[in-house]
Amino acid sequence: MRDYWHKISLAKDSVKTGLKLTLKHFKEARHSRDPLYPDDDSYFEQQSGISTIQYPKEVLPVPQNGRYKLHNEIDDCIVCDKCAKICPVDCIDIEPVRAVDEFGKTSDGTSKRIYAAKFDIDMAKCCFCGLCTTVCPTECLTMTSEYDFSEFDVAKHNFVFGEMTPLQILEKKQAFEIYQSEKEAAKKAAPPAAIKPRIPMKPKMGVPSAKPVMKPKMPMRPVVPKQENKDDAPNNKPE
Amino acid sequence: MEVGYYGILQTVADLLKLVQKEDIVPAAADKKLFKAGPIIIFVAVFAGFAVLPLTSGFRGAEVQIGLFYLLAIVSLDVVGILMAGWGSNNKYALFGAMRSVAQIVSYEIPLGLSVLSVIMISQTLSLQEIIYQQGVLINEIDASAVNYLFGIKALGIETTNVGGILTWNIFRAPIFLFSYLIFFIASLAECNRAPFDIPEAESELVAGYQVEYSGFRWALLMLSEYGMMLLVSFLGAILFLGGWNSPLPNIGSVALADWTTGTPGSLGGHLWGAFWLIGKALFAVVVQIWIRWTFPRLRIDQLMNLSWKYLTPSAIVLVLLSAIWRLLMI
Repeated sequence: MRDYWHKISLAKDSVKTGLKLTLKHFKEARHSRDPLYPDDDSYFEQQSGISTIQYPKEVLPVPQNGRYKLHNEIDDCIVCDKCAKICPVDCIDIEPVRAVDEFGKTSDGTSKRIYAAKFDIDMAKCCFCGLCTTVCPTECLTMTSEYDFSEFDVAKHNFVFGEMTPLQILEKKQAFEIYQSEKEAAKKAAPPAAIKPRIPMKPKMGVPSAKPVMKPKMPMRPVVPKQENKDDAPNNKPE
Repeated sequence: MEVGYYGILQTVADLLKLVQKEDIVPAAADKKLFKAGPIIIFVAVFAGFAVLPLTSGFRGAEVQIGLFYLLAIVSLDVVGILMAGWGSNNKYALFGAMRSVAQIVSYEIPLGLSVLSVIMISQTLSLQEIIYQQGVLINEIDASAVNYLFGIKALGIETTNVGGILTWNIFRAPIFLFSYLIFFIASLAECNRAPFDIPEAESELVAGYQVEYSGFRWALLMLSEYGMMLLVSFLGAILFLGGWNSPLPNIGSVALADWTTGTPGSLGGHLWGAFWLIGKALFAVVVQIWIRWTFPRLRIDQLMNLSWKYLTPSAIVLVLLSAIWRLLMI
């Protein structure tokens, strides 16, 4: 019986304390909290105020190295296909067209030899691991701070970065074919030693058979994490 | 908070949106029960408003057994909840409905008992009469009626013409402070409100018996839930807090109670009455919301514990005490 009354008095106390606490916060909730990012010094000093954010009008800051929507600066892209290979969910779709010769330089001075006939990133498939940005040799593929890109149609999540028109693609393809056939003709005329390294290069781009594909991949693996680690250390500390 | 000044039209906009939506009935649902459930809940709750008096001269249906009718019709809401939960053919919906019914049925007992103690003091089931007894207009319905301070005749302090907060039921019979507490806690459970919201416990049952509903049928469920909150707040204000009576007493020649009550039927009477009653009811709703901010959800055994071991015995004791109090009043 004593226990019974004790429980009632406990309940009374906890009700009183709880209601007091929320009333205190209610009284203080006259202004919104400043949208500060956790690394701000005064972040933990904001103990009171309205926490609700009227989203599209007010936005919380996102981390600078946050991993959100991908962006490819196509002018800096050398179409090396590394991003597509590293992608665990295969959301990057690249169709390369080889150029006859170096046709330009990226902003960091790497020469561009392959046209991107198609450079699609399907953000609906993306798992936001950021591996593609770490392997990118020219750092043209980055993750931006844009995270609100919802669409009514899932197909609209496929972002197209290639800028070539179908006509241009056709022209470049034909130009390379002509160049290739000229090479073939030259090869027939000249001793074959000069062209040899070219031949193993070609099947790499396409998919000739199962085994040759597997083999080049095996040495790729140890190469990639190394690069990733290198880039990881300075850039993505908080992960 | 997008439509209208400070979001004042948001509810209307939401309702219009929900009315336009497709009426989705799950393929595996029991279609008749599923469709009828929300309608029964809505009708049961809003039929309760029919007998509420709003001011001294304006009331809903002139029902002498208004209080009995109100409790009876609001209890039908349980049937609708069970229909909605069973008809949805969904485990969460069924769990929610079962919990809701168990909770409402067990909390109806302390609620009914605390209402019963008011009836014993007031000696009437008419809501309008109960309110008249709690203010300066008591002699409008019964010329010989007399109010005493704390309802104790032996004290000899007459408050018939003082009115104000001193003649509210919680002052006419101070034990009603505890009755009101029990009524308030039980009414929270009746309308499935936090901390008694296990029927729709978001974190475990998604939305309880509402889980399969969308569009207008869901709007009906939601409207009924909030309608119920307002209804029990109105009922609490009527039974314990003096209804449309002013809280300000007459002090000598400063007749605050007379001034802030108005004569029944006049414009002043209507405005003051509606102001006080709606104000009291909205205050109770604010307290309900405040409680929702504060307390975590009760577990089902704690819920039953509270009802059967604490609220019901104390409500029975209060019924006995109010019988004794009634003897002191006459």
